[in-house]
Amino acid sequence: MSSMSSYISGVVQEIPPSGIRKFFDLVTQTEGVISLGVGEPDFVTPWHIREACFYSLEKGYTMYTSNLGLPELREEIASYEKQKIGVSYSPGDEILVTVGVSEAVDLALRALVEPGDEVLIPEPSYVSYAPGTKLVYGKPVPLLTYDADEYRLRPDILEQAITPRSKVLILPFPNNPTGGIMKVEDLQALIDIIIKNDLIVLSDEIYAELTYEGEHVSIASFPGMKDRTVVFNGFSKAFAMTGWRIGYACGHPDIINAMNKIHQYTIMCAPIMAQKAAIEALRHGEGEMRKMVENYNYRRKLMLNGFRQVGLSCFEPRGAFYCFPSIKNSGMNSEDFCEKLLKEEKVAVVPGNAFGNCGEGYIRCCYAASVANIEEAIERMGRFLARHRKG
Amino acid sequence: MELEKKVLHLIENDARLSAKTMAVMLDEDEEKIAAIIDKLENEKYILGYNTIINWERMGNDGVTAMIDVKVTPEREVGFNNVAERICRFPEVRCVYLMSGTYDLSVTVTGETMQDVARFVSHKLSTLDQVQSTTTHFVLKRYKQDNFVFEEPQEDKRLVVSP
Repeated sequence: MSSMSSYISGVVQEIPPSGIRKFFDLVTQTEGVISLGVGEPDFVTPWHIREACFYSLEKGYTMYTSNLGLPELREEIASYEKQKIGVSYSPGDEILVTVGVSEAVDLALRALVEPGDEVLIPEPSYVSYAPGTKLVYGKPVPLLTYDADEYRLRPDILEQAITPRSKVLILPFPNNPTGGIMKVEDLQALIDIIIKNDLIVLSDEIYAELTYEGEHVSIASFPGMKDRTVVFNGFSKAFAMTGWRIGYACGHPDIINAMNKIHQYTIMCAPIMAQKAAIEALRHGEGEMRKMVENYNYRRKLMLNGFRQVGLSCFEPRGAFYCFPSIKNSGMNSEDFCEKLLKEEKVAVVPGNAFGNCGEGYIRCCYAASVANIEEAIERMGRFLARHRKG
Repeated sequence: MELEKKVLHLIENDARLSAKTMAVMLDEDEEKIAAIIDKLENEKYILGYNTIINWERMGNDGVTAMIDVKVTPEREVGFNNVAERICRFPEVRCVYLMSGTYDLSVTVTGETMQDVARFVSHKLSTLDQVQSTTTHFVLKRYKQDNFVFEEPQEDKRLVVSP
C-alpha cells in the first residue's frame, strides 16, 4: 500500500500519538494481567439509570433534541450545579449538553483560542488539553505541579508563565492522574492573577464528586469569576456512565452560544437516550453515587497504604480514583518500569509521562479495581520493587 | 456504633475481608477492628458466614421448595412456638412469618422431591397447629443474596484508558 501520510495536515501530523495507546497494545498482548491502568469506574451504570434509557426507547424517544440539549436535562443540571458549587446558571442560555466533557473542552478551545494564543495547562493532567490546543493553532504552555505541593497549582508558577498571548487557563481538578485537588485558599491565591491578566478559565470538574477531603470547590463560585469561567462536568465518573458519552458546559451566554455554534454544525446534539439516562441520574442517582464514592475511598486508603508498605512513596490523593506514586528509587524511567512490571509481574499501570513530561518518574494506578486485585497487585509490585530497587 | 455498622456493611458483601484490610479502609487499628468482629460474633449480631454456591454447575440435582404454611396461633406465644419447632428440622433452611394469605414461609432442601414430600406429609403437616400447606418447588435460581447465577463476572473495561 502506498503511503498517504503526506496528505495528512501538518498540524495533525505534529500531534504525537497518545502514550497510553502504545501501552494499551502491549497490555492486550499479555495474558492474565491485573490492570490498574483503566481510567473509568469498575461499577456498571446503576440499573435504574439503564432502565430509564430502555423506557425512553420504548416510548419512542429516538430523535434529535435541541442543540443545547433537552430542556428538562438543562433544568436538572442547573439545580445540581447550584447545589454542588453554589453558582446559578440559566438553563436557557448558560448550559450546553455535550458528548462527554471531551467534546466540551474541544468546543471551548475552538471557540476561544486564536492562532498563537497561549493556553496554560497544569501538568501532569489529562491527555487531551494540549493536542486540543494545537488543533486550533494555539500554543500549550505547561504549568508544572509537584508532589511536594500536593499537585496544587502554585500562583507563582502561573504568574511566571503568563505572557501577552496568554488567554486561557485550564484547571483540571480533582486531577487525573495525580489525585490533587484545589482547596478554597489554593484557588483564592490564583484569582488576582487571573483577573489582572484577563484569563478565561476552563474548569474541568468531571471528578468533583470524587473528592475525599472536604467539599469540592469551583473557581466559578468566587466573586467576579462566574463570567470568565466555563465549568465542565458530566456523568462518566460520578454515575459510572463513561460509555454513554454525556457531559456539559456551563458558562457565560456569549461563550456557550459560540460553543453551541460549533456543536450544532459538528455534533448537532448529544444522543437523546444518553440525555434521558442523565436526567434519571440527576433526579434519583445520588444514593447509589454516594455508595460508589464511599467504596472508592476505602480502596484509595487500601492502595495508598499498600504502596507505602512496599516502599513506593506516594502523595495522598484527595480526589479522582488514582494513586500517582514515584518510582524514582527503581532507577528506571516510567515507560521501562511499566513494561518490565507488565512482563515480569503482569500488572498494568500507566507511565506518568503519558500525562506530560513532568510525570516522568511516576506511574498512575487506578484503584477502581476489586479489593482482591488491589491486594494482589500490591504484592506483585512489592516483589518487583525488591528485585529492582537501587540503593 | 457507627464503626460497627461500617464493619458490618463491608463484610456483608465480602465475608473474607480480613480485619487488617478493613482497618486500612476505615483508618482504624487492626486490633480494634478484630475486637469489634469478636464482639459482633459473640453477641450474635453476626450469626455466621456461609458461601453462595451454584450447585447446579457441580451436577448436584438436589431440590429446594418454598412452603406456604397456615397455622393456628396459640394464646400467649402467637406463632413463636410452632415457628421455633419448625426451625429445628435440619432440612429447613429459612422460616419467615408473613403478612397476607398464609402465615409462615418455610424453605426446605432435600436430595429428591420425595424427601421434601415426605417432610411435608410426615413432619410439617402433622404438627397440631398446622392447618394447611402449599408446596412450591424451585425450578431455577437466577439470583440469590445479591449474586446473579450464570452471569460471567467479567470486567468489560478496556485494560488501559486515559
